[in-house]
Amino acid sequence: MSAASITLLYFARLRESLGSAREELVLPAGVNTLATLRNHLAARGGAWAEEMATGRKLRAAVNQTLVQGDAPLKAGDEVAFFPPVTGG
Amino acid sequence: MDATSKVRVQDADFDIGAEIAAMRRGNPKIGAIASFVGVVRDINDGDAVSTMTLEHYPGMTEKSIGAIIDQARGRWEVLDVQVIHRVGTLKPTDQIVLVIVASGHRGDAFDACEFIMDYLKTQAPFWKKEVTPKGARWVDARSSDDSALERWQQDRR
Repeated sequence: MSAASITLLYFARLRESLGSAREELVLPAGVNTLATLRNHLAARGGAWAEEMATGRKLRAAVNQTLVQGDAPLKAGDEVAFFPPVTGG
Repeated sequence: MDATSKVRVQDADFDIGAEIAAMRRGNPKIGAIASFVGVVRDINDGDAVSTMTLEHYPGMTEKSIGAIIDQARGRWEVLDVQVIHRVGTLKPTDQIVLVIVASGHRGDAFDACEFIMDYLKTQAPFWKKEVTPKGARWVDARSSDDSALERWQQDRR
């Protein structure tokens, strides 16, 4: 993993619809929060646009901690996107 | 007590009797043990369920349940806790999840057990995919689970 990159993880419905469980992403200029990352991913179009759309029920964790709302991102972070959880 | 050490995620089934016996052994301060077992139902949202597959987020699962246990320990007298959650493919009547809380007295044991379970349902990263006659589908989160959680946030008993 290069110094300026983050690890992205996708679970459950997202993993299937996006066809990806994990990727390394070099943070593009201007992408430094969860919200700007979500917009960046949505711009890939297709299933990405659908899953990352505003209003879609989506949860996010940064470094394995659930995040409510927006959060700053930095190189080396592990960011996960997934649907609301259904364990128990 | 390191809370994450009280969390096990596994494919294998569990034996509640053996788990409780292990917890009680050599701890004479325990006066009450409350437990909860979640089981796979044969019907969900009106459709017959033949199998269910659970996936989770390794690492975050242990960390998030550990944090839930720490919160419970901050609110009630909790002498010991064990949480076991199964992953992989399960069928109706199979056990899914076990929560055991040991305390000096029953009130703390009951409340802490329910609190841990309510938080686990909405915070721990597990997802269920079930197979029904209509095909395979991801289970939707229930708003009643969020309501169960809100009760603990308002009612600081």
